[in-house]
Amino acid sequence: MAETLATIARIPGLGMLTIRADLARAGEALAEAAGLGLPDTTQITTDGSRSLGWMSPDELLLILPEAELPEAHEALTQALMGEHGLVVDVSDARAVFDVTGPHAADVIAKLAPVDAAHLPEGHLRRTRMAQTAAAIWRIQGGFRVIGFRSTADYLGLILTNAALPGSTLAPR
Amino acid sequence: MTHTPPFRLSSGGRLIDRAWQVPFRFDGRHLKGLTGDTIASALLANGQMLMGRSFKYHRPRGPLASGAEEPNALLGLGQGGRFEPNQRATTTALTQGMVLRPQNCWPSLDADIGAINNWLAPLLPAGFYYKTFIQPRPFWKHLFEPVIRRSAGLGRAPTEADPDRYEQAYGFADVVVVGGGIAGLEAAREAAEGGATVLVLEQSPVWGGRTPTDHPGGQGAIDALLADLRARKNVTLRRNTMATGLYDHGYLIAREALADHDPNQGIPRQRLWRIRAGHVIAATGALERPLSFACNDVPGVMLASAVRDFIADYGVAPGRRIVVVTNNDDAYRTAIIAKRAGLDVPAIIDARHNPAGALPDEARALGITVLGGTGIAKVKGHRHVEAVVTCAYHGEGAPLQTIDCDVVAMSGGWSPVVHLYSHCGGKLTWDEAGAMFRPDPDRPPLGPDGKGNVTCLGAASGNLTCAGDLEHPEAPIMPVWVMPARAPYKLRAKMWLDFQNDVKVTDVELAAREGYASVEHTKRYTTLGMATDQGKVSNINGLAVLSGTLDQPIAATGTTTFRPPYTPLTLATIAAEAKAEAFQPLRKSPMHSWHEAHGASFEPIGQWRRPYAYLQGTEDRHAAVHREILAVRRGVGTLDASTLGKIVVKGPDAGRFLDMLYTNMMSNLGIGKCRYGLMCNENGFLMDDGVVARLAEDTWLCHTTTGGADRIHGHMEDWLQCEWWDWKVYTANLTEQYAQVAVAGPQARTLLERLGGSIDLSPEALPYMQWAEGDLAGISARIFRISFSGELSFEIAVPSNRGLELWERLHQAGQDLGITPYGTEAMHVMRAEKGFIMIGDETDGTIIPQDLGLEWAISKKKADYIGKRAQSRLHMKDGNRWKLVGLESLDGRVIPDGAHAVAEGTNANGQRKVQGRVTSSYHSPTLDRPIAMGLVHHGPARMGQVLDFPIPGGGVMKARIVDPVFYDREGSRLHG
Repeated sequence: MAETLATIARIPGLGMLTIRADLARAGEALAEAAGLGLPDTTQITTDGSRSLGWMSPDELLLILPEAELPEAHEALTQALMGEHGLVVDVSDARAVFDVTGPHAADVIAKLAPVDAAHLPEGHLRRTRMAQTAAAIWRIQGGFRVIGFRSTADYLGLILTNAALPGSTLAPR
Repeated sequence: MTHTPPFRLSSGGRLIDRAWQVPFRFDGRHLKGLTGDTIASALLANGQMLMGRSFKYHRPRGPLASGAEEPNALLGLGQGGRFEPNQRATTTALTQGMVLRPQNCWPSLDADIGAINNWLAPLLPAGFYYKTFIQPRPFWKHLFEPVIRRSAGLGRAPTEADPDRYEQAYGFADVVVVGGGIAGLEAAREAAEGGATVLVLEQSPVWGGRTPTDHPGGQGAIDALLADLRARKNVTLRRNTMATGLYDHGYLIAREALADHDPNQGIPRQRLWRIRAGHVIAATGALERPLSFACNDVPGVMLASAVRDFIADYGVAPGRRIVVVTNNDDAYRTAIIAKRAGLDVPAIIDARHNPAGALPDEARALGITVLGGTGIAKVKGHRHVEAVVTCAYHGEGAPLQTIDCDVVAMSGGWSPVVHLYSHCGGKLTWDEAGAMFRPDPDRPPLGPDGKGNVTCLGAASGNLTCAGDLEHPEAPIMPVWVMPARAPYKLRAKMWLDFQNDVKVTDVELAAREGYASVEHTKRYTTLGMATDQGKVSNINGLAVLSGTLDQPIAATGTTTFRPPYTPLTLATIAAEAKAEAFQPLRKSPMHSWHEAHGASFEPIGQWRRPYAYLQGTEDRHAAVHREILAVRRGVGTLDASTLGKIVVKGPDAGRFLDMLYTNMMSNLGIGKCRYGLMCNENGFLMDDGVVARLAEDTWLCHTTTGGADRIHGHMEDWLQCEWWDWKVYTANLTEQYAQVAVAGPQARTLLERLGGSIDLSPEALPYMQWAEGDLAGISARIFRISFSGELSFEIAVPSNRGLELWERLHQAGQDLGITPYGTEAMHVMRAEKGFIMIGDETDGTIIPQDLGLEWAISKKKADYIGKRAQSRLHMKDGNRWKLVGLESLDGRVIPDGAHAVAEGTNANGQRKVQGRVTSSYHSPTLDRPIAMGLVHHGPARMGQVLDFPIPGGGVMKARIVDPVFYDREGSRLHG
C-alpha cells in the first residue's frame, strides 16, 4: 500500500488565549506583551514557539506552550489595563492537528473550501473542515488545523480519511 | 436482411487494445470484449444490439448514441451494494467480470411481458393517466395509483449499502475549460499564454472529442495541443471528470471518476469537485439529433455519429449494410468511414435536393449512391432493422423503393451543448440557418462583477466547423422535423421523439391541440424530455414539432429550462466523505469515554450525545431512570452538565447589555451571586433560560441550554455588532473550555468535602445561588450552588482537560454514599417533580414567560428588555392565554405527552374544541405516581377542576388541575 497523503498528528500541550480589544488602540501593546508582531488582517505572526493570529476585527488568538500561559495571561491583562478588553483561556476548548507531508495541501483541499495549495505563508484562514469549524495556517512541512475539542474525534477521522493512500488530487 | 457476424472489424478501433480480452456477463450470458471497450461497443461486438426496453411501451431498444446523451442502452450494473441502475452503456467502460442486467423487462429482455403495452399504444396517448383514471373516484386510491406506482420508475434501487469510499475536493482556477476537444484545448492554450491558471475538464478518458474520429489528421492536432499544454505549469488537465452543473458566481460542480473501473483498489471511487472558476469556457461540443421518420426507434437505427464512433473508435460494425439518412453534410462522414472499413453502404438518403460539395463528392467517388430529395417512409423490422422504404421527402410517404440494410445511420443536425451556459441564466437564440439554439453572446450568465462569466466556444457555440484547417467546406443544413414533410397520421404515430419515455410526434401534436401551448406544459403533459437522459436528443425535435403544430416560429416556442446535473450524480458522490462514522460530527463531552464504559444509553441533543441513562445489568432505560432518581433523592448523584452553554460577557456596558437580554435584572447581581434568567426574542417568546453568575465588577458568566449555546452567543453578537455597536461589551463562548458536573443529593456536600480543597462549602459560606472558586481535589474549580433537581446541588466547573479526572475522583470518593451517575431523563423527571420548566418542553416558540407563571423573573423596574414591547400586545395580555398548571391523573396512568384537553363543542372545521395540552408527563419515582405539567386555558384560576384528555386508540383520561410543584414546595431540600 502506498503512503498516506500526509501525517495527521494531534498536538497536545498548547495554550490558547482569546483576546478581544480595540486593536487600533491596544493592538501594539498586546502584541508586545505577547512578544510577537501584531498580525495584519487574516494573518498570523510567529516566532516558531508562539503565534498570534488575527481572528476578527477585534479578536486575536495567542497560541503558546501551555506552561507559558499563566504568565502571558497576566502580561496581556496588564497590557489592557485601562482599556476595555477581554483575555480568556480557551486552551481546553480546542483540538489541534498538524497535517504534514508532501500532499498535505490535498488533505486540506478535500475538506475546506480553501485554495490550500496556494494558501500563503503567514495567512490564517478561519473556515470549516467538512462539517466542523476550523482555522488553518501553514507550518513547516504542512498545515496546522485547530478545531473544537468536542468534535476532535470527527476532525481526526475526516483528516485521516482524506489522507487515504493513493488518493492524491494530482490528475491521473 | 439478417444481422450477421463478424461484428468486430479486423482492423481499426483507436481506443481498443486487441491484445487484452475482457470477459463479462450480460443478462446471464458470458461474453468477451476488449480493453478500451465501452459496454455498448462490447455488446455490439458480440452481436447484441438489443440492450433495453422503452419505459412506457416496452419496445425493444438498441443504442442510439455513443455518448452521454444515450436514452436507450441503460443497464443495471454490478451486484450487491455496488449495484447501480440506469448506467449508460455508451459511456461506461467495460471492466473485467462486469455483471450487467437489462432493465424494464420481465421475465427477460427477449421475452418481455410488458411489451403488451405496445399493442395497447393507441389507448395510451399523451396524458392518458390524467384522462383515464378519473372515474370511479375510489378506484384511484385503491386500484389505479398502486398499480401505476408499481410500474413507475426506471431501474431498481440497490438494496445494500454502498461499500465504496467517495470524497470531495475544492478546486480553484482563473479559467476552467469544460471539454477536452479541439475547441477546449485551443482555448486552454490561449488562456494559459495569458498567464491564467487553467483547469481543463474532460468527461471521457480520452482527449480530443470528435476531432480524431471526424478528421484525418485530427489526432495529430490534438496531440500537438496536449504536448503544449502538458508543458505548462499553469495548466491542469483532468480526464474522466464530468462537469455536471454551473451555479452562481462561477461555482462549478464536477464528478471525477477515480476507481469506477476497479473499486477494489482502496481509493475513493469518485470525487466531487467543487470549483470556483473565474471564468468558465464551455467547449462542450454538440449532440446529434435523430430524424423523425416512422419506426425510427427500431434497434439498429442509430445516430450517424455513433455509427462512425463504433467503427472508428472501437473497430465494431453495428451492422454490415448501413443506410445513411441525413439533412446535412456531416453524416456523409459516416458513410465514408463505413465504406472504408469494408462495410456495405447501399445509399445515402438526403432530404436536400442536390447534395453537392466535398463530402458528397467523396462519397460518390467511393461508389455510394446518393439519393437527393429523398426521405425514409418507414423502417422495416421489429427487433432489428431489416430494410428501409424510401419516399420523396416533400411527399406523403408513397413508397419508392425498399433497401435492405441492418443499420440506419441518421442525422437531423446538431444541437450545441449549452447546458452549463444555461444553468445559471445564459440566454439562447434560434439560429435559423444552422437549425439550432445557440448561446446569445450578448446575454451570457453574469458573474459577481456584472460581466459574462461563461463563454461557449467551438461546437457548443454553434460553430460546427471548429476544427479549422482540418475541415471540408460543408453545404448548409436543411431543417427536417418530420420525414416525409407531409407524413400522414399513421406514419407520425410511429415517429419517436423521446426514445426512453416513448413520446411520439403525435403525442406532442395532441398536447398542442389540447391547449398545451407552453413548451414547459407540453413537456410535463407528454413526459417529453423527462426521462433520465433529460431530453438531450429529443428536446429540440419536440419543440420544433410543437412549433409546427402551433404554426409559430421555433424562437417563439423556446426551450425548456436546462437544469443541473448534466448527467446524473449518485447520492454517494454527493454525500462524499459524510458517511458511516463521518456522517456527522458528534460532539463529545470530556467524560464521554467514561459514560461509554459505564453503560450509558445516549440521546442526541443537537450534535451532542448525552447519556440518557446508565444501564446496569439487564435493566431497561425506564428502570435505570427510576433507579437513578431515587439514588439522587436519597444519596448523591452526578450529571455531566458540560454541554451547557457558558458565555462570558465582559465590559463597562455588560450589565446594561444583560439587562436588555434577560427579562430580569442582571446588572444589580452581586459579585459571587447567581440568578436564574429568561431570554426572549423580539416577539416576546421565551427562547432560552439559565443561571447567570457575576464573576467580577465588569464580568458575568451566562449559562445557556445545551442546544442554545451557539445560538445565544450568536444572538448576543448580533445585537452587539448590529444594534448596540457602541456599547463596550465583549463576549466569548467558553462552553467547551469547561467540564461541568452537577453533584446533587442530600450527600452532595459530604462527598465534595471528602475531595479536599480550598473552598468552604458550608451553607453559611456558600448558600444557595452563590458561587465560589478555588481548589477542589487539586483541580482549579468554580463551584455554583445551583439546583435543577430540587436537591442540595453543586455544579462544578473545571478545565475540560481535567473533567474526567474530577468525575472519577467523585466516584471513587462516593462509593459508600451510593454515588450514582444520572442521565438527562432523570434530570428531566426531577425538574418536573419540582415544577421547573424546560425550554423545548414547556416552550415551543409561541410561549411567553407569563404563560408559565414566571412573572417573578420579569423585572418591572426596567425601561426595556428584548421582548418587552411584544409582551404588552393585546393578545399577550388579554387573559385568554393557556397557562402553566400541574396535572394529576385520576386513575394512576401517565397521560401521554402532548395530549390535548377537550372543551365543549366543535370549531369551524368540525373539530373538537380544545382547552389545553400536556407539556411534560412522567411517572414520578419519588412520589410513586404520575405527574404532568400542561398549558390550560385560564389554568391557574381553575385549580381542582378535572379535564378530559382523549387518548389515541379511544378512551379518555381524566386529570385534575393542581399546582405544578409536586415535590418539596418549600424548597427546604435545595436550600439544605
